[in-house]
Amino acid sequence: MPLPKFRLEKRESVPNWFRMALPFIAIGISFIFSSIIILFAGKNPVTSIYSIFYGALGTRLGLMETLVKATPLILTGIAVSFAFTGKFWNIGAEGQLYAGALAATWAGISNFNIPSFLYIILLLVVGFIAGGLWALIPGYLKAKLKVDDVVTTLLMNYIILYLVTAILEGPWRDPVTMWPQSIMISPNAEFPKLLQKSRVHFGLIVGLLVVFLVYIIIKHTKLGFNIRAIGANPNASNFLGINVTKTIIITSLISGGIAGLAGVGEVAGLHYHLTENISPGYGYTGIVIAMLGGLNPIGVLFASFFFAIIITGAQYMSRATGVTSFIADVIQGITLLVLLAMLILYEYRIRRVE
Amino acid sequence: MDEIVLMKNIKKRFPGVLANDGIDFYANKGEIVSLLGENGAGKTTLMKILYGLYTKDSGEIFIKGKKVEINSPKDAINLGIGMVHQHFTLVNPFTVTENIILGLSSNRFIINIETSKEKIKEYMKKYEIFVDPDAKISELSVGEKQKVEILKILYRDIDILILDEPTAVLTPQEVKELFKTLKILKEEGKTIIFISHKLYEVLEISDRIIVLRNGKVSGERDPKKTNRRELAALMVGKEVFDVISLTPSEQKDVILDLKEITALSYRGHIALKNINLNVKGGEIVGLAGVSGNGQKELEEIISGIRKPLKGKIFFKNIDITHTTPKERINLGIGRIPEDRMDLGLILDLPVFENLVVECYDKNPFSGKLFLNYPKIESYSKKLIEEFDIRTPNLIVKTKTLSGGNLQKCILARILSMNPEFILAAQPTRGLDVGATEFIHKKLLEVRDKGGGVLLISEDLDEILNLSDRILVIYNGEIMGELKRGELTREDIGLMMTGTKKEDLHATT
Repeated sequence: MPLPKFRLEKRESVPNWFRMALPFIAIGISFIFSSIIILFAGKNPVTSIYSIFYGALGTRLGLMETLVKATPLILTGIAVSFAFTGKFWNIGAEGQLYAGALAATWAGISNFNIPSFLYIILLLVVGFIAGGLWALIPGYLKAKLKVDDVVTTLLMNYIILYLVTAILEGPWRDPVTMWPQSIMISPNAEFPKLLQKSRVHFGLIVGLLVVFLVYIIIKHTKLGFNIRAIGANPNASNFLGINVTKTIIITSLISGGIAGLAGVGEVAGLHYHLTENISPGYGYTGIVIAMLGGLNPIGVLFASFFFAIIITGAQYMSRATGVTSFIADVIQGITLLVLLAMLILYEYRIRRVE
Repeated sequence: MDEIVLMKNIKKRFPGVLANDGIDFYANKGEIVSLLGENGAGKTTLMKILYGLYTKDSGEIFIKGKKVEINSPKDAINLGIGMVHQHFTLVNPFTVTENIILGLSSNRFIINIETSKEKIKEYMKKYEIFVDPDAKISELSVGEKQKVEILKILYRDIDILILDEPTAVLTPQEVKELFKTLKILKEEGKTIIFISHKLYEVLEISDRIIVLRNGKVSGERDPKKTNRRELAALMVGKEVFDVISLTPSEQKDVILDLKEITALSYRGHIALKNINLNVKGGEIVGLAGVSGNGQKELEEIISGIRKPLKGKIFFKNIDITHTTPKERINLGIGRIPEDRMDLGLILDLPVFENLVVECYDKNPFSGKLFLNYPKIESYSKKLIEEFDIRTPNLIVKTKTLSGGNLQKCILARILSMNPEFILAAQPTRGLDVGATEFIHKKLLEVRDKGGGVLLISEDLDEILNLSDRILVIYNGEIMGELKRGELTREDIGLMMTGTKKEDLHATT
């Protein structure tokens, strides 16, 4: 019997169920690929993957840690998703997170004599501004001079990382321990904890609030309309009277600001001081989250929880089964690759040829 | 029985439309068959099935009497079927020869261009199609590019040629040449399937005409025994009247005034030289010309997306040379761009948002920050009814609409803002008779209400029908101005190819 032949045929439109199903199919395929790697490590993939989910969701401690990890991921995910909606290719959420963390630390260690809630708001504001300004530089360059934003946002990450290192190795070095880390921020500036006996903090509320606000901005405001229009077709938007330059600049500012808030949360909600590795790549994971969430705020929310589960659970799995926790990065990477490859199915469908 | 192509009961469904609803089609050896029909009648779909680009849902295809399954253009080419698309598939930096031999299975690792060139020259002589085989595609005119596409097919020893709207991009002179070529091909025994919605051409070139309507065959005619009126009726299901009698226009003040405009093209060449042009209220000014003679740049300058090198633009005596598109929209300039897919609409946004994309930022559609969706939706609904835009609902992506409905969206959006001046660039290109008539009617309404219209079009009949005054552009310069009915098509044709008005009599 001859093998069946298949071909790609251009789609007229994408059914909604397919749009919804695609991320899940991508996740499924990435689990299959990851299983092969786990097999090579000589372990049982089924128990390994089960232990990821058990570790992240099966115990109270695990569940709390998952929420802690989800907090920065929601913010970087929504920051990237917001930027991508307007075709501002912000690969720099990682750097903007550090810019926000740096500014929040500065405000936190300055020991201002103000009430706690004001102090927290101040941290959020300076963190937002710092992240925003860090993204504004590539945004401005793109809008005014058509400089490629993928390159600039990415390279800006290294600048801020080395800047943070320089500051932590130099002026801000902890004078007591001599570690390259800042002193503790004012207790007044610390985010409150949300749940007893857990590290879940106010940053999660900030994250959920931002998701809600971004949803409103994108769907219901003039700015959101401009961003969606430019995302769909910048040339036509310009022709039709939308101020493309201004909109790109605002998009970059807001996107960077949101990523900056992720940095604020890590400093003020979790560590209370700044270190060089305050983010293990939350900014980059944000890109995967934005894509997996289909650039939809609600989708981004789900995708951030999914990756929080993978990251938290992988650590548990590593203790339980001996498979290295780097498998979390592998799953992330494969999910993105599979997803990008599958995006072609938005444009084409597979048809069997008789 | 010389049926070289036989298609039986072909069905093809796309989401929402039955594009081909049981079509029977045949073509004989050595004949030119025209497939006539409105946009969306199913002509291109049927031919894309024959060429293997679409898979049919049901039906049978016989080539030279043998039942076949055509699953890809490669299958089609092996069966001797070739297709020239509306949009050319040539590699611009390559030469004519390189393009013709590109993708041949007989190509080895090392390609001998010289042998191929000799062979191509033989084909050129045989079919009387001449293009410089060493010229780069980017240096060729549209007509020459089409010749390369045809040569590319002939070089693959094709018996059946499908031409999809081949004259859409050609000048009248180039059309004549193409028809000459087609007649030679026919004499050589080739079969030609000619897709078109231009009645004159179909009547002139075909041996047989098959008319499609709504995915079905609505009639088959011998061109010697039919006329334009009958064919149009088969196409659209109603009588079409194409001669519009204009009410005398009431001359008003100048609305749009271009003074000594010089501008560059996107490639950096001088595309417009010292253009002086004005449009008064209550008139349609037609700008005739072969495409690529500066119309695009003129459109961009008036739209506000290109700045002139020299010169000024006035709108009601206000200098608008340095204003943005938005400021021009707000002043009352409506713009129907030539590129309706990539400039006029944002195809990935829903229909209702495209209907307000130029005015969403104004009362009552939005406040300081927020959009008022209930208002926008009810307004869009009204426009959809008023302009008879065929869409399943408000929220489908605009790209799912047909060409005519896309143009109606643009028109609805612009006219509902009551502009005093409309720039209409190729407003009916590629549209069917019904949509064309609708758009002409609307442009005339603007004129009759005292607005000014600048109509940029390659379709001479459209220009002659609608314009109070006609300007002819050639190579970035205005060749002359004519009053309605002053000169013949042939005179304008001469001006379009570079004869100044004052020199017209010298050319006879």
